[in-house]
Amino acid sequence: MNPDARSVPQSSADGMRVESRTVTLAQTFYWCVRRELFEHRSIYIAPAAAAGVALFGFLLSTVHLPAQMRAAIADPARMKSLSVPFEYAAAAIMMVAMVVQLFYCLDSLQSERRDRSILFWKSLPVSDVTTVLAKATIPFAILPLLSFGVVVVVGFVMLLVSSLILAANGLSAAPLWTQLYLVRGSWLLLYHLITVHVLWYAPIYGWLMFVSAWSRRAALLWAVLPPLGVGFLERIVFGTSHLGAMVLDRVGGGMATVQPAGTMPMNPMTHVTPGSFFSDPGLWIGWLITAGFLAAAIRIRRNREPI
Amino acid sequence: MACIEARGVRKTYGATKALDGMDLRVEEGRILGLIGPNGAGKTTALNAILGLMPYEGELRVLGRNPWTERELLMRDVSFIADVAVLPRWIRVWQLLDYVEGVHPRFDRAKAEAFLAKTTITRTSKVRELSKGMVAQLHLAVVMAIDARLLVLDEPTLGLDILYRKQFYDSLLNDYFDRSRTIVVTTHQVEEIQDVLTDLMFIRAGKIVLSCSMDEFAARYAEVLVRPEQAAAARALKPIHERQMFGQSILLFDGIERKRVAEFGEVRTPSIADLFVAVMGSATAAGQGGAR
Repeated sequence: MNPDARSVPQSSADGMRVESRTVTLAQTFYWCVRRELFEHRSIYIAPAAAAGVALFGFLLSTVHLPAQMRAAIADPARMKSLSVPFEYAAAAIMMVAMVVQLFYCLDSLQSERRDRSILFWKSLPVSDVTTVLAKATIPFAILPLLSFGVVVVVGFVMLLVSSLILAANGLSAAPLWTQLYLVRGSWLLLYHLITVHVLWYAPIYGWLMFVSAWSRRAALLWAVLPPLGVGFLERIVFGTSHLGAMVLDRVGGGMATVQPAGTMPMNPMTHVTPGSFFSDPGLWIGWLITAGFLAAAIRIRRNREPI
Repeated sequence: MACIEARGVRKTYGATKALDGMDLRVEEGRILGLIGPNGAGKTTALNAILGLMPYEGELRVLGRNPWTERELLMRDVSFIADVAVLPRWIRVWQLLDYVEGVHPRFDRAKAEAFLAKTTITRTSKVRELSKGMVAQLHLAVVMAIDARLLVLDEPTLGLDILYRKQFYDSLLNDYFDRSRTIVVTTHQVEEIQDVLTDLMFIRAGKIVLSCSMDEFAARYAEVLVRPEQAAAARALKPIHERQMFGQSILLFDGIERKRVAEFGEVRTPSIADLFVAVMGSATAAGQGGAR
């Protein structure tokens, strides 16, 4: 390194005070969310990679497409099989986004303490409330919306490619566009994402962020083992399994209250039942619990020192 | 208005008293060195001042309560906790973007100008930079923030002597302008002796010495006593005595210089020597916070 390179910045000292800009809360919030995207690139890389894999698989499967279409034209009952690649692509992208969401939550408030960078973040005029809520935006809004966008784009690309292949084989792609879901299916998917992935799963993200703020290390273990332990204790002492049922209901039950069991969200035949979903007291209790977890996470971040 | 005013600030961790009724007052426009042995409560004191932890007692920083008003306070306060707190994953441009986005007093052009004089590139990640470069980067960010109080907790820990020297040079030449206040803790006291305007020693959670550097020079005198006069000099009750090259060096507190001039060369002691004298004697006299 040359001597010049070592020189610490120099400039003439001016006693002038920089005119203070106004930074609104919304701007601060926006930059806090940007900050999360800087740090956790998996938020957009993982769903994009899932989309790439899904598209690749779809392209391989298109060798059968003309034959499938001919069979479907002959027997309209088989039309449904044409939507299988679309559904799998959507499921794969949403599942990947879900995994990213869980790991993001677990890491969100622990990594800054682990690498002591919390001391830097706290040297800036950003409150703990803003920071934690900006972090919560990732699982509660950014990832669901992002996965929705990716699914729609992937679906559209798949539809275009299918149309081209069918046209090249002298077949009409019209059934794909009319029978399949693209528009209605997209709205259903959005509905599914908002109801199940955001509103119903909210306490899960809240719990994970709380554990991330609270635990010093091994957030995953703290997130999973204590509920398991309490569940076993309940089973042994009382012979009941209310906690286990509650957790299972939370993890798997969302679908049942939003839609009749056993239907894929992509299926246009699905009957959505928002009425029963929003009248489920479990949903509202879940939100209260979520708010409690987030408030606790904010409090802990305010008090905690680096690990 | 005092920049920092603390009265009876206490903080306990279990049975340990990290701060045991700390009183201090720092006027605006001063450069204060807060010096103390490991575990004396320096970092705890700074954490309280910066609103990073709750405490008991009365504490105002720039007229605000740091614990309840940290967010507002941080518009006027900057701090470097130590050299290793910049997140390792962040890129230089991301750091500048973010600070510019959230800090109303951040002058990006100034930070960029600082960085242009280093070898740090905008696309580098912090993890790719050397320790000295990370310190340069953090300093560039902090110096571009027009703060009224800058707190530095061991800012040059682990840096080589060139970086350390340049760190303080830049602070003095490019940042300090007599309206700002700087509080710095460090173990490398000899390097900041000429930088400071005020000095405080902290021990066992209490401020045990507080004076301006002018008072320091007037109050303390170090005498290189000629051996034949050692006994006479000792009669004047030095607070500390050490031997160097067969000569006795006696440290006096509040003595007129001409009274001791007859014993040998008189000079102003280094902070480090006074530190050893004040802290060392306490250690010898038995620990536990006794003054």
